[in-house]
Amino acid sequence: MTKILSILALFFSINAMAELRATGDLGIVIEREDGNALIFNTTEHKRLAKIEKLGDLSHASVVFSRDQRYAYIFGRDGGLTKIDMLKDAIDKRIIQAGNSIGGAISQDGKLIAVSNYTPGGIKVFSSDTLELVADIPSNYGEGLRSKVVGLVDAPGQRFIFSLFDAGEIWMADFKNTKAPVIKKFPNIGKQPYDALMSPDGHYYIAGLFGEPGLALLDLWNTDAGVKRILPEYGKEDEKLPVYKMPHLEGWAVAGDYLFAPAIGQHKVLVINKNTWELVEAIPVAGQPVFVMARPDARQVWVNFAFPDNNQLQIIDVKDLSLRKTLSPGKAVLHMEFTPRGEQVWVAVRDDNQLVVYDTETLQEVTRLPANKPNGIFFSSRAHKIGL
Amino acid sequence: MNKLLLLMLVTTKVFAGEPSPERQSALRNMLKHDCGACHGLTLKGGLGPALLPEALAGKPDDFLVSTILNGRKGTAMPPWQQFISHDEAIWLIEILRKP
Repeated sequence: MTKILSILALFFSINAMAELRATGDLGIVIEREDGNALIFNTTEHKRLAKIEKLGDLSHASVVFSRDQRYAYIFGRDGGLTKIDMLKDAIDKRIIQAGNSIGGAISQDGKLIAVSNYTPGGIKVFSSDTLELVADIPSNYGEGLRSKVVGLVDAPGQRFIFSLFDAGEIWMADFKNTKAPVIKKFPNIGKQPYDALMSPDGHYYIAGLFGEPGLALLDLWNTDAGVKRILPEYGKEDEKLPVYKMPHLEGWAVAGDYLFAPAIGQHKVLVINKNTWELVEAIPVAGQPVFVMARPDARQVWVNFAFPDNNQLQIIDVKDLSLRKTLSPGKAVLHMEFTPRGEQVWVAVRDDNQLVVYDTETLQEVTRLPANKPNGIFFSSRAHKIGL
Repeated sequence: MNKLLLLMLVTTKVFAGEPSPERQSALRNMLKHDCGACHGLTLKGGLGPALLPEALAGKPDDFLVSTILNGRKGTAMPPWQQFISHDEAIWLIEILRKP
């Protein structure tokens, strides 16, 4: 038996040597229904591994350790799983809440924060051990706890998040891990549904579902409080039904413009980020869900809520025109650009496929199988503020 | 016109059967993924409330049908009547109520 083991060990070590793996161009694809995470080499379009039994991943998101070895997967069911991308294995896994929506990794990479619906609040863990570091309940009103959305990391070892039911933004400073300092911004607007951080860590912006506009926090001047952007936009118009909440992950910023989904309107809003005034509202195929800029910001890619979720539209930032409408397949859920943007990966849930496009020619490069894929997350996120 | 509507209503009621097997599978997929986007894949809730049998107990069919078809003002629940018929809503509620 010992002999077999040692032979096996030898075999594996030789094998490991033969397949030295770099992790800077890896990607995680979530299979929402099966609760799996697939690890891809995104340069070679090659599936390397399938990590199973990660629970309910119907709304999963992923952040990466700064050494790009570990992926932290946040599941809907409160599961937090640390995956070792060198070993294709689960390193640690905990169930930290009943119902969760997303997470973030701290500036120094040492903390993982998770935003929870039930029980409402955020929990912060050691990225190394997944031991609990802090528990911050989202208390408001009289004995109420809000669902928490739009959790991001911010410079200064801070986490920022929004309280959907309370209409508040909170900023938690973790410079002293044992005694985090929380600053609350109340009355930011009704039902913030998601938020984003600008890639330079300067602005935190929450989208509002319950009333028009967006809520802006300038991190260079937090004493000025939260300011409303476009408070009048769409006030008089009838709101179209929203069959899927938009996501604000990935700040689509190009030059002076910020691109954001309108809510209840089939439009992408172009906002001047010096004046925060509306430049244009570009009509698109449906309710935008993700509005994401190619890393060089020349293009903005948009996908849509049901029933228009078979399409993708590409806006040319040069003249704010619609360059093309693509039909990748049924239920286009998410997209992720390669680090420098020559390709984009698209998850097509009901066709059980990932489609890779060349972003210059807008032609398909390849299709890869994945069962009911939703999120796609590349390890290059490890070094981006707010992701 | 009213008579016609009434007649149509009665006719629908009388001839309403279960959705076809293809439609059932499409509806189940919709329930899991599109409703699930807010209510959770396992329907135990997300931004929207849980749709598990115990959560729906005590809520009358009429109320639930109206919620599905017309949405709920002041919440994120949109109207689905463009995509789901009255009978299909009833069928969905039956499914949801089964433990």
